[in-house]
Amino acid sequence: MSYVLSGHVRDEIEHWKARFPEGRQRSAVISALHAIQHENHGYVTAEQMNAVAEYLDLPTIQVYEVATFYSMFQTEEVGRHNVAICTNISCMLRGADDIVEHVESKLGITTGESTGDGRIYLKKEEECLAACCGAPMMMVDHKYHENLTTDQVDEILDGLD
Amino acid sequence: MTATKVYVPRETSAVSVGADEVAVAIAREAKQSGTSIELIRNGSWGATWLEPLVEVEVDGARIAYGNVSEEDVPAMFAAGLLEGGEHKRRLGPIMEVGYLIRQDRWTCWRCGLIDPLSLQDFRLHQGFNALEKAFAEGPDAVLDSVTESGLRGRGGAGFPTGIKWRTVAETDADQKYIACNADEGDSGTFSDRMLMEGDPLGLIESMAIAGYAVGASKGYIYLRSEYPLTYAILTRALETARDSGWLGDNIQGSGFDFDIELHLGAGSYVCGEETAMLESLEGKKGIVRYKPPLPAHEGLFGKPTVVNNVITLASVPNIVNLGGERYAGMGVNRSKGTLAFQLAGNIKRGGLVEKSFGVTLRELIDDWGGGTASGRPVKAVQVGGPLGAYIPAAQLDTPLDYEAFVDIGAMIGHGGIVVFDDTADMAQQARFAMEFCAIESCGKCTPCRIGSTRGVEVIDRMIAGEKREENYDLLVELCDTMEDASLCAMGGMTPYPVRSVLKHFAEDFASSGGDR
Ligand SMILES: Cc1cc2nc3c(=O)[nH]c(=O)nc-3n(C[C@H](O)[C@H](O)[C@H](O)COP(=O)(O)O)c2cc1C
Ligand code: SF4
Ligand code: FES
Repeated sequence: MSYVLSGHVRDEIEHWKARFPEGRQRSAVISALHAIQHENHGYVTAEQMNAVAEYLDLPTIQVYEVATFYSMFQTEEVGRHNVAICTNISCMLRGADDIVEHVESKLGITTGESTGDGRIYLKKEEECLAACCGAPMMMVDHKYHENLTTDQVDEILDGLD
Repeated sequence: MTATKVYVPRETSAVSVGADEVAVAIAREAKQSGTSIELIRNGSWGATWLEPLVEVEVDGARIAYGNVSEEDVPAMFAAGLLEGGEHKRRLGPIMEVGYLIRQDRWTCWRCGLIDPLSLQDFRLHQGFNALEKAFAEGPDAVLDSVTESGLRGRGGAGFPTGIKWRTVAETDADQKYIACNADEGDSGTFSDRMLMEGDPLGLIESMAIAGYAVGASKGYIYLRSEYPLTYAILTRALETARDSGWLGDNIQGSGFDFDIELHLGAGSYVCGEETAMLESLEGKKGIVRYKPPLPAHEGLFGKPTVVNNVITLASVPNIVNLGGERYAGMGVNRSKGTLAFQLAGNIKRGGLVEKSFGVTLRELIDDWGGGTASGRPVKAVQVGGPLGAYIPAAQLDTPLDYEAFVDIGAMIGHGGIVVFDDTADMAQQARFAMEFCAIESCGKCTPCRIGSTRGVEVIDRMIAGEKREENYDLLVELCDTMEDASLCAMGGMTPYPVRSVLKHFAEDFASSGGDR
């Protein structure tokens, strides 16, 4: 059976369709994927992408290519909590590499992987997150944490359910 | 008795160092002591190193307290916080904080000052005056002021904004668009975010002015997805503007229709490039388009589109209010007006500093930044994000001026200034530049996609000391190819930081062993 989009996702798609000109429903793809990924513990499945394509009357490839191009979307199952440690220049200058190393050994995974218990996904973060004055920093489920020390990182990660 | 006003920023950086907890603690203490306060969640003044920065209004003056923690709050109340009492965190009146008063705040002047989500506060601080003035004087007057101001694009390329707007205004079409570029991906930059969080209604007004000037009825803000708080604040501000008739049909009876949609990106540096951003808005992969056609002729959905950076747009209301001539009177040579510089990296006092062009790097780093955080000497400074050159300490007296920077093989870009001390290994930085390009390349052209990967390999061999001279020549050749044959500045300018390392810090390649 094919996947049925939730009411919330359909509302979201309709919301965005209405905000672009007639016949430009393709513009709603990114928002649709954001909405689904949010509902689906941080990743989107092929069935879900197919459902978006069908709903918007687009070739499936147009949805697949968006989902795979942007680093915000995951197409494989990932851990519940999204942990992204900035490793761009200002953070690197203030010890981001040590933080990454600490987290990797603490969790026993490398960046880009999830923990076996499905708790944490350690996202690869290439772009500066614009909190350079508080470097090193990381973003955990949409929340910024700055001026990190390894102790603080432990506290934050241990606090995730 | 009226409630005492207490300001605690609701801005990403301040919040991440505890501003929300401080706000809660202040509300709790006030309640316990039975005093009535009005807690205002303002934007950040930009002195990030002082966050959370709390202010209390006493007899019309705002008394500032810096680096306040939740734990400090009870003692601060005991010390008479609400009367501006003495405490080790007390900095004095905000208008006397040196970091702030020595600035030229033309664009970010409302950031920190007002409640970003209060229409009333915004109106009290000239909000929408410029749009009203534009309605009264007509689109041509706006175009003239912007042209006269000499304002250039703050997103990277420094293209004259007046020419861009005039081009769109003069292109016939049934629909035109304003696309605000809020993808802000350059390392060491955060001014767009601070402006959007501190003065969102100001950005809305700016976009409406742009729409009115060129005849566009629709605007899109392309916001990077890594800014959840900014998204929440902008969403509220857009609702406020709509509810009060400052967006929508027939704005304030002017006959002008304009609305703005806030669209989220999805994590891609190259989507900050204007045509890739338009592709992304159309729901596609962020692949750079060939130019021509220019977005000003055929942009979003093939319609004439003004693409401007947040800071470019936000500079316009005061240009309309005070006149283009006033703006052009600031700055030097062809770099008119001000730029919201951002200090980051190995720096003691990081933050946003809006200054007229002509200020030198040394002044910004020493007088505002207080030197390096480590206390060690500055070795290099990268200006303008990942595509900007590394400037050696010997060139710190270069004035911030677009052309002066071009003369030393550098660029100003979005005004991010990242400082490195003498322990930095610049060979690794050259490698980082190539690696970043390899990761973020949109993949359309070979020199950028493949060249950058080869670049990383060549640099690795140089660092390892393998055939250094041969590899040096190879790297220079690779840089030439990338510069000449890339479609956009991603591949075209990645060689800038690399060449600057070869030129100024070649010895860093030689620090390891090798066969030369
Ligand atoms: C790889 C790349 C990334 C860019 N990123 C941004 C960005 O994040 N924000 C921005 O305003 N401009 C960015 N630009 C510049 C835009 O292409 C464009 O010049 C700018 O948005 C035009 O607005 P302005 O004239 O107001 O500067 C980028 C350019 C390139 C080549
Ligand atoms: S230079 Fe790089 S980012 Fe720019 S169009 Fe070519 S491949 Fe894409
Ligand atoms: S480099 Fe990490 S937030 Fe800017």
